[in-house]
Order: sequence, then structure tokens, then C-alpha cells
Amino acid sequence: MSLFRNPFDAQSRLACGCGRHASQAEHDLAQRHEAEALQARAVESAVMRALFPQDALRRAFLRAVGSGTAMAAVSALFPLGAAKEAFAQSPGALEKTRLKVGFIPITCATPIIMAHPMGFYAKQGLDVTVDKAAGWALIRDKALAGEYDAAHMLSPMPLAISMGVGTGSAVPWTMPAVENINGQAITLSIKHKDRRDPKSWKGMKFAVPFDYSMHNYLLRYYLAEHGLDPDTDVQIRAVPPPEMVANLRADNIDGFLAPDPVNQRAVYDGVGYIHTLSKALWDGHPCCAFAASKEFVTRMPNTYQALLKAIVEATAYAHSPANRKEIAAAIAAPNYLNQPATVVEQVLTGTFADGLGKVIKEPARIDFDPMPWQSFAVWILTQMKRWGQIKGEVDYQKVAREVFLATDALRLMKEAGYPVPAQPDKTFSVMGKLFDPARPEAYLASFKIRRA
Amino acid sequence: MPVAQRWRSAILSLIILAVLLGAWQAATRSEEGTAVVDPAYAALVGKAAASGGKTPFPGPGEVGAELWRHLEDPFYDRGPNDKGLGLQLAYSISRVLAGFLCAALVAIPLGFMIGMSPTLYQAFDPFIQVLKPISPLAWMPLALYTIKDANSSAMFVIFICSVWPMLINTAFGVGAVRQDWLNVARTLEVPRLRTARQVILPAAAPTIMTGMRISVGIAWLVIVAAEMLIGGTGIGYFVWNEWNNLSIANIICAILFIGLIGMALDLLLARAARLVSYRE
Repeated sequence: MSLFRNPFDAQSRLACGCGRHASQAEHDLAQRHEAEALQARAVESAVMRALFPQDALRRAFLRAVGSGTAMAAVSALFPLGAAKEAFAQSPGALEKTRLKVGFIPITCATPIIMAHPMGFYAKQGLDVTVDKAAGWALIRDKALAGEYDAAHMLSPMPLAISMGVGTGSAVPWTMPAVENINGQAITLSIKHKDRRDPKSWKGMKFAVPFDYSMHNYLLRYYLAEHGLDPDTDVQIRAVPPPEMVANLRADNIDGFLAPDPVNQRAVYDGVGYIHTLSKALWDGHPCCAFAASKEFVTRMPNTYQALLKAIVEATAYAHSPANRKEIAAAIAAPNYLNQPATVVEQVLTGTFADGLGKVIKEPARIDFDPMPWQSFAVWILTQMKRWGQIKGEVDYQKVAREVFLATDALRLMKEAGYPVPAQPDKTFSVMGKLFDPARPEAYLASFKIRRA
Repeated sequence: MPVAQRWRSAILSLIILAVLLGAWQAATRSEEGTAVVDPAYAALVGKAAASGGKTPFPGPGEVGAELWRHLEDPFYDRGPNDKGLGLQLAYSISRVLAGFLCAALVAIPLGFMIGMSPTLYQAFDPFIQVLKPISPLAWMPLALYTIKDANSSAMFVIFICSVWPMLINTAFGVGAVRQDWLNVARTLEVPRLRTARQVILPAAAPTIMTGMRISVGIAWLVIVAAEMLIGGTGIGYFVWNEWNNLSIANIICAILFIGLIGMALDLLLARAARLVSYRE
């Protein structure tokens, strides 16, 4: 123990954490050997316990034949070597333990953020630095440049990156888990508090966090359903979430469809009111995602598994309403969201002020569910095509399958004690209109307002 | 009476400060809203929103309290996204100095070469004229794309914005050395390198220092914007992070410190310039 070593002793070495090795590398190697030996011993004990349910019998046997002979005899009966190998493989040695994960300071990132102060990463043996990024374009570029091992992204972003939309070239990207469902809202400036009918919104200026975001597609969908063409009747611009309230206050924009805590913060400062929650448009829509490059997934499978496990477990913890207050307190700190705790708490608990003098109770305002349904991806692709972000033929199912890694999430959700869905895909309806993932083109053709 | 005059201007400065603070205080006094809302709602929103208003611009008292909080503990470090103001300033200064020194290493020798040879001057001139007016921040996406490292990109931006004033001033200073002095050196058969070192360098030093002073000023202006773009650490990131929190009081504190540090950097180089100045 380095703590008990005398640092003034010329004989002792302080190169590694425990002080017994000349360098950190040597220390790590020894640790790995130690871990392997421990694992092997655990397998041996399990086998012996199975063979000799009574410990007295085992000891008598060992005394009679000696441990070496006993081991040989047991090995002949039972493939001990193979069992040890199989056991060693399942948790696996982590290829890399120091990771950097980028996030945008919004409540969608709750699982990614809370996993740090609440120890979900540490539990998987990972030393993760969560790094606050200044905007979606930056988080994408830093992830593409390899500065981040994994990152918080908007769920359409991995699809866009994989297809090379909005980036220089297509890079295979994966989205092994959704962070949150619901949890967005349309907020309007307080001066529009009597203009609740979307039909009267012609000429307004709206902000969304990013062009490739659920927010953009949901806002366009909402406006189009009310007969407004989002490209000609209103103006929609991309504004990073942190700058939205400042812009709303300065009258640069009339409203936004944004992630929280931005909506609640606009209410907190008396600048805007919450017109409608995104839940009212599509209950259970995905929003943000945990994403990593395909290269990371294939090159470091064990690290990827451990990281995903930490995220899924954190998501499971956040799913329970009982834990939300505790989580709000943990992530509101300056290091993470940097918001007043009450704002974050109102978002997570769903008991919130609407900006017009009412307190609303909506426990499902935001929820956390990691399942990356492939039908989500197909819907997003139809909307990308609807608004002209992608052109030509799209192999919906193939892109969805390659980017949204449903199988990994399913297995880990089972391990984390989540109720696991029975069928691999699901249908849903958006603003009362049913979406069938098997027939995306027909769905696309059914909209009157569209670019494609 | 220079002493009396100094006193007078000091007192006048204080009066101006007091007037400014007073005007600020008067302008930001929050008017109480009249709307009455139920206490359960009031508990969930900010103080101003509870009475039907918007959160007001912070007054001098609020900013003073924040300022005191930062001065009390400027060097705390609570993880990668929450560091004290002193640490953030240190990150920014180190980036500026790194980019600035790299620029000086490139610009001064190159400026010397260009200044000593009219042919080179003509050859380089079109490139310098095109590259000089480009806003350093316009380089940022390009830098991020090619360097693939946010920190180095910020330093590159500092480098590219501080290189031009130094290059141009060095070339100008070297080119404008009085012909008489060079002729004297030639008459005395001083070798070319020694001429450069002992005649041209001291003669051009004040102009070079002026270039450096302009450069460091621009570099300090640019670092704040660059750090707002790249995030992570630095005073620019601090401003962005507090904007994220809509904490205008903290942003004003940061503005104050940015001004003070900029002034200190300028003073430092002005001192250095005085060391190399001469009278003809």
C-alpha cells in the first residue's frame, strides 16, 4: 500500500499505485495476472463444490490422493481448462479503462452524466471523464476525430453520420442505446401567451437544437399537421440549447422546440411558457442517444460492453420515478448541467410550473428507456427524406439495423432487470397517425406537405 | 504641479466610477410585478417570474458578491467542467502564450528575411495581404478538421492571428533601417550576419516590439471567442458555461478579468518596448 510506504525511504519505489512494482505498466500486468489467477481459482472451487457437495468428503478425498492427483483426476472428468477460459471470456479484460465521453448539458443526457457522480462507470471498472461540449456540431467533430470514445448525440445524428449527411464522408456509426423518451417541449415567448393556436403562428421564428434532431422533425411535423409549411410559412433555425433562452429573451426568436432544462429555464426566468410537451405529439418518442463509432465497438468489444452496461444500468435507475429527486440533485451541479436544482427537479419529477401560473403534474414528462427500436430509425429516415435532407432511394431497414443496435441493448436490459419487450420491433402513432415501419414509402407519400 | 494633477485625475476617475455604478444600480432596480400567483407556483420559478416579471439584469451588488466568491477561491478544481476563475484564466493565458511564442518564432525570422530582400518582400506580399484580413475564427472549422484536437486548434488560431502583425512590422522595421547606418557597416566591412545582429536588429527592435504588442492584444481578443467554440477549459469556456446558466453576474466578472489580463499583457509588452527603444 502506497499509503503506508515511507516516501522518504531510498529503497522503496513509488512508481505504481501499490508500490510493489517498478512502473504502472508492470503493476497493471501483475494485476491482470492476479485477476486471471483469481478467476481460475473461482472456477476450480465451483467445480469442486459441485463434485463434492459435502466439504468433509472433499477434504478426505484430497488428503487421500493429494491435490495434484485430485486435480488431474478432476480434469480428466471435467474440461477444467475450457471452463476457465469460458469464464474468463464473459467479463473480459477491458482494452481501455480511461475513457472520455462527451455530453451536451441537457436533461436528455441524464444517464450519461449521472453515471459519473453516482458511480455507474466506476462499477464497471471504467475511469470515465464526462466532458461538456459546446454544441452538436462540435460533439460530432470531436467524436469523429476520436477525441471522445463515445458521446451523447441526438438520435438522428448517428444515422446522418453513417450515411455521410452533413459530414465530409460517411463513417459507420452505431447507436447502442437511447437515452430518454419524451422530455421535450414547445416553448413560446411570454408575449405570445394568447396565441395558442398553431394556425396563427405564420411568420414566427423558431429554434431547434440541430438540423438532424428529433426536435426539428417533431416541430416540422407539428406545424405541417396544422397546415403550416415549415420551410415557407415560418423560419426554423438551429440554435444550441444553452443560447435559446437568451435569444428568446432578446426577441430574436418567438419560440422553440427544445430539450429540457431549456424549456423549464425559460419559465423559471419568466421569459416563456410551455405550450405543449412533446409527449402530447408522440408519447414515447426517442430523443437523445448514446452513440459510438463502429470502430470503437469492434476494436474494443469488452470496453464497449462495459460502457454500455453502465449506461443501461444508469438508465434503468433513472427510469424509476422514486430516484428522480436524487438524480436531479446530482446532475444540477456546475460540473454537469449548471442549472438551479429546482429547474432540473421539475423536469425530472414532472411536477412543474407552466409559465402561465399553473402547476402541472405529468409524471411521464420525461422517461428513460434504452431500447433503440429500429422502427424509430425508420421513422427518422422517413422524416429526413420528407424534408429533403436525404434524397433518392433509402434502404430503410438496412440502415436502421446497422445503426440502431437493438440486440446488444436487449441483452443488457435483461441483465439490468428491465421489462424486456417481447417482439423485436413496434409500431406507434405520431399525432394520432399510425406508423407502420414495414411500409415507410407509403407513409411518406401520405403527407401533403413534404419536399420529396 | 504633477503631484496635484495626479491626485485630481485619480479623484475624477473615482467620481466617474461612482457615477457609472450609480447609473447601473438605478437602471437595474427591479420593479415589483403586481400579478399574484399561488405559493406552490411561486416556489417553482424564479423570484421575478413569480410576480409576473422577467429575471432582471443583475445590479452592482450582485456582481460584487459573485466577484468576491471568485476572488476568495480562484483555483478550485471540481472535475473537468467546473474549475475556478483563476485556473480558467491560467489555461487561456497559457494557450495565448504558446500560440504567440510559436508565431514569434516564425514571424520574426521570416520578417527579417523579407525585410532585407526587396525581391522576397514583393513575392510574399500578395499572400500576406490575402491571409492577413481573414478572421482567425474562420480558421477554426478547418483547424478542427485537420488537426483533430480542440486544444491544438485553439493554439493554431492564436498562432495564425498573431503571426501577421509581427511579420509585417518586422519586415517594415528591417526594411526601414537608415541606409547611412548600413553604409557605415559596409564601409567597415562588417560581415552580413553581424550587420543583421548588431545594426539591423537594434534599429528595428522598437518596430518589432510594436508588432508583438499588437499581436498579443489580438491574440487575447481571439482566445475568448475560440474557447467559446471549443469548450473544455479557459475563460472563454467559462463565459459560455455561465451563459448556459444565464448567470449574467458571472459573465460580468469574467469580462472584468478579461479586461484586466488584457491590460496586464499590454503593459508588459509596453515595458519591454521601452527597454529596446532609442533616441536618434
